[in-house]
Order: sequence, then structure tokens, then C-alpha cells
Amino acid sequence: MPFHHQTLANGLTILGESNPAALSVAVAFWVKTGSRDEQPAESGVSHFLEHMVFKGTERRNAYTVNRDFSVIGADNNAWTSEENTVFHAVVLPEFLPQLVDVLADIMRPSLRTEDFDTEKKVILDEIVRYEVQPGWASFDLARKNFYGSHPLGNSVLGTSESITALKQTQMLDYFQRRYGASNIVAVATGNFDFAEFSKLVKARCESWPSGITGRGNRTETPGQGGLHMLAKPPEKVSQQYMTLIAPGPAANSELSYAAAVLATAVGDYSGSRMYWALTDPGLADEAGMGMDECDGAGAYCTSFNGDPENAPECFGIVQDLLHEVQRTGLTQAEFEQAKTKILSRELRAGERSSRRMLTVAKDWVYRDMYRTVDDEMKSWDAVTMNDIRAVLDKYPLTNQTVTGYGPLSTIEG
Amino acid sequence: MAQEIYTHQLPNGMTLLADRMPHVRSVAFGFLVPAGAAYDPAGKFGLATLATDLLTRGAGDRDNRQLSDALDNLGVDRGESAGTMNVQLSGATISRNLLPTLAIYSDILRRPRLPESELDAAKALSLQDIQSTEDEPQRKVMLELRKRYYPDPLSRDNRGLADDVNAVTIADIHRHVETYFQPKDVILSIAGDFDWPTLKGEIEKLYGDWKSSPRTPPVIGSHMPSSGHIEKDIEQTQIAIAFPSIPTSDPEAYNVRGAVGVLSQDMSSRLFSNVREKHGLCYSVYASYESHRDRGTIIGYAGAKPELAQETLDRTLAEFRQLKDGISEEELDRVKIGLKSALIMRQESTGGRSSVLSADWYYLGRIRPLDEIQAAVNGLTVNKILGYLERHPMQDFTVVTLGPSGLIVR
Repeated sequence: MPFHHQTLANGLTILGESNPAALSVAVAFWVKTGSRDEQPAESGVSHFLEHMVFKGTERRNAYTVNRDFSVIGADNNAWTSEENTVFHAVVLPEFLPQLVDVLADIMRPSLRTEDFDTEKKVILDEIVRYEVQPGWASFDLARKNFYGSHPLGNSVLGTSESITALKQTQMLDYFQRRYGASNIVAVATGNFDFAEFSKLVKARCESWPSGITGRGNRTETPGQGGLHMLAKPPEKVSQQYMTLIAPGPAANSELSYAAAVLATAVGDYSGSRMYWALTDPGLADEAGMGMDECDGAGAYCTSFNGDPENAPECFGIVQDLLHEVQRTGLTQAEFEQAKTKILSRELRAGERSSRRMLTVAKDWVYRDMYRTVDDEMKSWDAVTMNDIRAVLDKYPLTNQTVTGYGPLSTIEG
Repeated sequence: MAQEIYTHQLPNGMTLLADRMPHVRSVAFGFLVPAGAAYDPAGKFGLATLATDLLTRGAGDRDNRQLSDALDNLGVDRGESAGTMNVQLSGATISRNLLPTLAIYSDILRRPRLPESELDAAKALSLQDIQSTEDEPQRKVMLELRKRYYPDPLSRDNRGLADDVNAVTIADIHRHVETYFQPKDVILSIAGDFDWPTLKGEIEKLYGDWKSSPRTPPVIGSHMPSSGHIEKDIEQTQIAIAFPSIPTSDPEAYNVRGAVGVLSQDMSSRLFSNVREKHGLCYSVYASYESHRDRGTIIGYAGAKPELAQETLDRTLAEFRQLKDGISEEELDRVKIGLKSALIMRQESTGGRSSVLSADWYYLGRIRPLDEIQAAVNGLTVNKILGYLERHPMQDFTVVTLGPSGLIVR
């Protein structure tokens, strides 16, 4: 599949992988910024700004922004993480010009005071919405406990207090700092012509100021360690949520493939060690392990939730299981099975423009490289049992910071 | 768009539906078996869910672990669940593994071991799933809404009741599977890269000698929907709304999709635009359409801070009521292009196509060609939608709330 890239004079990167067999084209403006790039006084501004981007520009108000996505049948949305803010949409191929027009336009939002005040109420409601979902609340707390003062521990949503106190001028300042052209990647995948795409992007984005790139504190962190139990009354939170975070490879580390194979073998939703130890016997409602791979730092995130009565037993089982994997690694059969699962998932993800777009953008943002689906599969296939040992040696599963959220105030029997 | 769709009926009543996608290297499949929670006997609510869990804990020559490993080693991502009417087993993998995967599924459907030793584990999972509802307010309010809105058995929570789950025996499970897991009315849908003659031959070999026996469909009772409030000390009031529409098999169903689209298709639609954007009342508000074979329903949802919940409900209901007063041509055009785009984009996904096949067959008894759906969407007009709204006004709301205090339906 043809891949192209181009960098404009102001530093904006344009990427594209075209696939004439696709029925749609997916486009994103990927801004390399998130909660880790915030000052303490502006906590939550990245995510709030993501909302404000849809509130209008010099050419459009909030309604016409949404309308102009709607009239081309766009399936569009945006998300904010600790280090990325991504505005994305999928449309039928004939609507590419209109899509680039509206997406590029909203990347220069007006940030009007009146819209800022109305949207603040929506953000405050969104914060409450997540707070009342213990699955989310516990994970947010676990990250904070693990990362401590490292910027990756910054909350994406911020708090009700930080959002209430936030001023529009602080958002303007953040926007000027982080939304420079050199910090943005425009990416397209699916059925489109790169020359046309890059011409459309260039016409709308070449006047943007370049801004600064990069971020502070990209170091790894050993984590804060310890056991942190936050007890909640059982009428508020009915299950016990346990999260164990240990340092792992960063997104651009060569060991990240091995770590993902390891996490799949240990904690996939079915057929993994944790599945057989906790879910299959019905001890936990849900259990798993995933990688949190960031810029310069990463982590293994292991978690389970279920009946509080079983939680101490489950916790003991998880500890034994992680220590055993740390000592003896994976069996050959587990290792092969995990790779088979990943290869099957990778191949299927490559068949949809919207999923493929994420992979192409991430490869570029984190690794400065492009790989086809087949290249990607080769990288997974190349992982060896020695690589699993290497990742365990460098990043032991046992260096945990443990967070409990739910009815229990203690977990050890 | 060229389509390569195949249908094949086995003499025992099972239907094979297939949609070939020559550009992909993967395949998705789904089985629909009429054996859902509606068939649970009184006092054993939750039986179908337990039976579905046990289906994959050993089948044919393989025990629980061997069965799971066999599917994992074929790269199959899968899921099984008991819905109200049907048990659904679905999965996806790379196309060269399709035939061995289907062979394993013939063991699961025809020769499950249903081991007694696994029953306690399945029960523990069901009970925790019931418990976890308390931690998911939106799911909880939707379950409570369906309980009050629908007649039995459509009102059932497929996971059942804790006491009933505890009372289920292994003999109940065997009886359920023997009675309802038989080929009549089973739908197998497959989408992706395959060779049709080979696939058809293999399905005949695997399922052709599966015997059918009569199955009595569940009787849907009569019921008067009722609104209600569940008190919970929670920081966000959950609002769920239901009111009658028409089933998806009704030729007018496109008008319902049009009407719901004007309200809630995207961020420019009325609910998002007026309730969230203009007034900043809440983060989440939407309307959707759901259908059973005999009836359709429009569902609404909003979550708002307790002090804003009444205004959120008032404005949301006002949007429903006002729809009959007029729809602009511009709104209609947006809904049409949105419906058409979603239709085509879904064609990119093997999983999406597989579920479209089985839904069409289940509700309509046939597969609608893409051209037919596109023509129906193109044929939508403001007058047709308003005509539907006149015959089926948005009224008689059942409203269920979860939060610190109840709301008034004005």
C-alpha cells in the first residue's frame, strides 16, 4: 500500500497510507499534547480544550462546526490522553475535501468566553460521570499513586476544583504553547489520493505558527511503590477494584513488542494465566493485564475486580502468579499462543481505515517510522523467548505500586 | 457496490448466510440460537446465561482448557452471551482458520460437555455480574427501565436473579441445552474471505445430521408500563426513557430511523445541540431505536447532576414532543447522508457485515441488498417522517430515574 509523508515549512507533518480497496477514508489531526504537558494550575486544560475545539472558529460557530461534519456523514470524535489529543473522522472518499476543511479549521478555535463558560458545565458533569464509575475512578487513582509527581500521573479530566478555577486566558496560553504546527501530525488512511490530501492540508495549515515541540520530563519512573487502599462505603461501591502497576518499557522501546506478548500471555481477557487463575474459577468478575506505553516511560497495568469477599484470595493468587512468571517466564505454548492472538488481531485491525489510522499515526509519533501491516506482523513474529526474558529482567513484574478501591480497607489476610 | 451474498437452508432448519469480501484476509462469524433468557422457567431466571457459560467449558473430545487453547491457537477472538430471545456465539479470526474453527463450534453447539464441576464457577461469575450493575449506574437504570416498560419475558435481565441463579442445577442446564440447542431456526452468518462451495460443503458435513425437535416459542404477556424512581446516593442522576414505536420489519421503520436521527444522529442533532451544547446541562444525552420481532421502542438516556436533572428531563421530553411540529429539509439531508455513510462504512468490517446478515434474517427472513436500503434512505422525506409521527406520536413516556431524588414528568 502506498505510503507518503511530507513536512510543511512550519513543521506540520502530513502522513498517508492509501488503500484503493477501502470504502472510506479516515483522517486525524494528532496533537502531541496531553495532561502530562500541563502546569499544576491548569490541570484538565488539555481535555477541556479538546471540547472547546468544537465550539467555533473565525469562520464557524459551534453549531456550524457540528453541522459541517454532519452534512458529509462524518463519523467524528476526539479524545485526550496523558500525551495526545486527537481529532478524527471517517467519511466516504468523495467528502475528503470538506472533511479536511472543517477539521483543519477547528484546529484554530476562537475560544470565546461565553462558550468557555457553558462548556465548563459539561466538563464538570463529565468529571462526575467518571467519578461514579468505580472502574474508571480506581484506575485514575492507581495511575496517580504509581506516578506520584511524575507528569504522567496528571489526571486527564482534572478535578472539579481545577476546572472551576480555570480561566480562559490560561487555556489560550496552553493553546499557544502546545498547538503549534510542529507539534501536529495530519494523517489519512483508506481510499484517498495523497497528493490531493497534502494539497488540502497545506492550503489550510501552512500559515499556522510553528510553535515549540517536545516536552519536559520524559524520564522513566520506578513508581512510588507501596499499598494504597482507599475504602469506599459498600452502598457506594459494591465490588473491590485492585490495580497493580509496575514500570515497563516505553512506547518507543525495542522491548515493547516482547512486553505486549508477555502481557497477552499473562493477562488477556481469555485463555491467559490470569484468566485461568481468577476468571475461569469465578473468583473475580474481571481480570487482566495491559501495557500503558507512553513517551519515554511505560508500565504494566494488572487489575481485577469482583466480590470483596474474594479479593484477598485473588490478591494472593495474583502476587504468586506474577512472581512465578518473573522467575520462570512463559512456557513455549503460552508464548506461541499469545503471538498467534496478536497476529490475528493485528491483521484484522489493518482491514479498517479507522483502526489502521491509529497504528500508522502511533508508529510515526512514537517511533518515527512507517510500517505496512505485513511489516507490523513481522515485528511481532520476530519476538523470541529470549526477548521475554530480557523484558522481565529489565522491567520486573514485581516492582508494583498497588491501589485498592472499594469496600475493603485492608487486603492482606 | 457489488455484493456476493449466499444463503443456504439445511433440511433440519438451520440457515447459513455468507457475505464474501475478496479484499480481506479475515473472517467473522456468528451463531444465533433461539435459547435466550425468555426460555428460563420461573424460579430459574439466569439459566440461559449459565448454560451459555458452560457451553464453552468443554465440548466433544476437549475439556475446558483444551477447548479454550484450541480456539486461542487458531487466533479466534470470541464472545458468547444469552440475550432475551437468542443465545449468540460470535468470533473473528484469519480466514485460513475458518474451517477448523467451525468444526470446533459444531462440538460446542452439538456436543457440549456441560460439566457439573464448572457450575459453581459459572454461578460465581453470574452473581458478580449482577453485583457489578450497582457500580455502573447507566447500565443499572437501563435494566430498571426495561423491567418496568416491557412485558415478560422481554423485560427480563438475562443475567437473572441471584436466588434463582443459586437454585439452578446441572440437570436444569442439560435440559435447557437439550431442548433449545437444536438446528431449527439457528442462523449462522459468515463474512470475509472464504470459498463458498467449500464452506457450504463443510457446514453440511458438520451440521447436516443435527436433528430437530419441536420448540415452543415463549409467550409474550401483556403489561402496563410504569415509571419509577430508584433512590441512590449518587452524584449524577440517571434518566432513562422508553416509549412505543414500530418493529423493524414494518415498512415504515426507515421513518423511525429518520426521526431518531433528527434527534440523535450526531453532534449536530437536536438532543446534543439543544440539551448539551446550548444549555450545558449534561455530558451525555441520546435517543436510540430498538426492536424485537413484534414491537419497536424508542429509548432515551441522560445523566445529569441532581440539581440539573429536572431541567434535563424537561428539555429532553420537550425535544421528543416537538419533533412532530416540524423537521427542516436540511435536517433531513443530514440524516440521510449519515445513514448512507454508516451503511457503507459498516461494509468495511467483517464483524459488521456478519451481524447485519443475521439481523436481517432474524427480523425480516431475508437479506436486504445494499441498493434496496440505499433506495429506502434516499426515499425518506420530511412528510413521510411527520406522517409516521402523526400515527405514532412521541408520547406515553415511561421514565425511570436513579439518583438522590425522583423527578416529575411534566
